[in-house]
Amino acid sequence: MNTFAQAYQWVNLRYLLEGLWITVEVSVISIIFSFLIGAVFGLLRYMKIKYLSMIVGFIVDIIRNLPLLLIIFFTYFGLPNILGVRFNTLWATIIAMTVFESAMLAEIIRSGILAVDRGQMEAARSNGLTYWQAMYHIILPQAIKKMIPPIVSQFISLVKDTSLATIIVLPELMYHAQVIYGQNTNFMIPMFLALAVLYFIVCYALSLLSRFLDRKLSEA
Amino acid sequence: MFEIFQNYGSQLWSGFGYTLLSSLYALIGSLVIGTLFALFEISPIKPPRVIGKIYVEIFRNIPLLVIAMIFYIVVPQYFAKIDGFTAGTIGLTIYTSAFIAETVRAGIESVDVGQMEAARSNGMTYIQAMRFIILPQAIKIVVPPLGNQFINLVKNSSVLAFLAGFDLMYQGNIIASTTFKTTDTYFAVGLLYLIITLPMSYLMRYLEKKWSTEGDEA
Repeated sequence: MNTFAQAYQWVNLRYLLEGLWITVEVSVISIIFSFLIGAVFGLLRYMKIKYLSMIVGFIVDIIRNLPLLLIIFFTYFGLPNILGVRFNTLWATIIAMTVFESAMLAEIIRSGILAVDRGQMEAARSNGLTYWQAMYHIILPQAIKKMIPPIVSQFISLVKDTSLATIIVLPELMYHAQVIYGQNTNFMIPMFLALAVLYFIVCYALSLLSRFLDRKLSEA
Repeated sequence: MFEIFQNYGSQLWSGFGYTLLSSLYALIGSLVIGTLFALFEISPIKPPRVIGKIYVEIFRNIPLLVIAMIFYIVVPQYFAKIDGFTAGTIGLTIYTSAFIAETVRAGIESVDVGQMEAARSNGMTYIQAMRFIILPQAIKIVVPPLGNQFINLVKNSSVLAFLAGFDLMYQGNIIASTTFKTTDTYFAVGLLYLIITLPMSYLMRYLEKKWSTEGDEA
């Protein structure tokens, strides 16, 4: 028990919480960016515009089927060779997460819209609504109800996946825990316990939010 | 990129083999464990239901990397010596089994109870009803999401790179750091991942479409 008390002394806890802060920061920024880009790409692919939708679909499919870790490596080590600019670890992570997650979200958003019955659009159009009016007032409100659970679970994945950025030495939660048990191997078990608990709290809070939104929307 | 394949082809393909092998082991393991916990979750008795729920919620909400690292550094320190490949594959199995449990549970729950009752009252035995009525419907519901789990498994197996697991990502990093041709190497690695994941993903989309429209016609 003494090792636990030592491992959880305030210096270490504060260091862990600083890491958690970076994790949350990276997650929130990536969630905002990837939701916006994912929505645009998902809609573009859904609208079946000649060539454009095909190209968007191709890019989305390629990115979705690559490991995020590869995209992180590529953004940090490979991209500077092409672009000639080097990102710091924070922005490299945010860019990599955004690229990967917006592809995942684009697909969720597209299939959410597809899941709304075609008849809805036809009925709206034949009642005199324009395409965008029908989309905004009829299709999207129904699609959003179907999309919220998969979108939130994607966000949960995103939070968990920020841990992969330890490999490019982003000072987030996982990396800070490694630094602490690197100094004293007795701290290993306490640190992994702390990691599990901290990640669980953040992710479980998100899944409770998803359930809450789901209930709210099905009442409406 | 061709240069990388020419000079380091055998190293890349060996990584490809380890990635595939780890994904297959983890798929089989997580199917077994996942189905078991799915049955726990729909059990009429409370204790297994609670155990199933706790298992799924814990492992769905903790990063795979944390689970894999526990097997890679904590387990050898205090329990048994295991190598990176084994540790990574065990981590993958546990992590994925939580997702598979959810998929299987949803699949079983979505087949209407009336189907079994109707089959039985038409004179079929329980086994016949399962074989001809329930399972064909359940499989159609469960296979596309399970396929997507396999794709995730292949992608997630890249955490083996953290554990010296000899997988594709690990070999790619070694090649990238010895040749300094990072861009080319990562393109080559990406291509090899896509060889597995892209056809799988199109197949699952095709099956999903085919089986969902069949349902509408019937």
